[in-house]
Amino acid sequence: MMVGDMEMLKRRDVLARVLEERNDALVVSSLGTSTYDLFAVSPADENAYLWGAMGLSVPTGLGLALAQPERRVLVVAGDGDMMMGIGSLSVVSAQAPKNLGILVMDNEMFEETGSQSGLSAVRADIAQIALGSGFEKTMTVRNDNEVSRLTGFLLKEDGPVLAVAKIAPSTDAPVFPSMDGPGLVRTFRSSVLDQM
Amino acid sequence: MSQSPAQTDDGWSEPVYSLIKEAGISLVTTVPDAGLTRLLNMCSGDEDVRVVTLSTEEEGVGMAYGAWLGGTRSLLCLQSSGTGNIINGLALPAFSQSPCLMLVTMRGQEGEGNPAQFPMGRAVRQVFEAMGVTCLEAKTKEDVATLFGQAIDMAFDNGKAVAVLIAQQVIGVKSFSK
Repeated sequence: MMVGDMEMLKRRDVLARVLEERNDALVVSSLGTSTYDLFAVSPADENAYLWGAMGLSVPTGLGLALAQPERRVLVVAGDGDMMMGIGSLSVVSAQAPKNLGILVMDNEMFEETGSQSGLSAVRADIAQIALGSGFEKTMTVRNDNEVSRLTGFLLKEDGPVLAVAKIAPSTDAPVFPSMDGPGLVRTFRSSVLDQM
Repeated sequence: MSQSPAQTDDGWSEPVYSLIKEAGISLVTTVPDAGLTRLLNMCSGDEDVRVVTLSTEEEGVGMAYGAWLGGTRSLLCLQSSGTGNIINGLALPAFSQSPCLMLVTMRGQEGEGNPAQFPMGRAVRQVFEAMGVTCLEAKTKEDVATLFGQAIDMAFDNGKAVAVLIAQQVIGVKSFSK
């Protein structure tokens, strides 16, 4: 998909590049396409796939980041999930976890439910809202060159940091991680807690 | 305001705080309520307990889930009106059979002076139970710690969402007289 003469970012490419040097990062994905993408590009025991609870990916990531201060935590949130939980950015900035990065996959629509237009398609600017919520480091990426800066920013820079990736609608078939909630929690906890 | 001032003993905050410490709970999330003041002050004064102020109670359910994934036990403290804000979030502990321990100070019961508190106050138990949350209601000061101790075991040993509801008669009634 093109905007002007520029190719729009493909969401799985962006996430794959961010997680190329994932190392021991713990990753939380919001419900819907962010979860399918995470499972597609970086399946791992240390992924917390949220199958529901829209709006709670950032609070989940914050709880995890505070519990595991020595590990990097990345939240991959859709723009709809982020807007629903937008107040949580103020909670994050108040707690100031150095190990938390948030990647907002912003396609400006509710793709999962039929591609209805989202609020970031109109006037809302999620990176600006993050600044107003007390974040000191944010970035918005729209093209390939900018994506090369994302990994370092999200996984290495002192947090909390938030990046918005303006992405094209998904062209990939959805792939589904396990829907066994207790199993996902057991797997995640034994992987993380056995290493302590 | 006729609610118990934070500096005087309310008869339940101290034993509840002791149970928090014994259970190894190190994260307390809250949208505060007057009735929770003493307990929250005790937690804030403890360097081993992090108190996190939320913008909406639902965030506390997400934080409880994330904290549990990372090996930390947490408690969400809220006023009964906040119960309505967390309904869909309760899918997380229900879906995953993870602990979600809550302490709820009730409004909208006997003696309530604000009619806007009645609808949610009346609905708390039904809403919680519809989402699979076990409710334990403390009607006396002495009940609070007893039930909170049981709730800790249910939550962390059995992976349940449990709420201890502290009746308005225990907290005291907020006055709206001029």
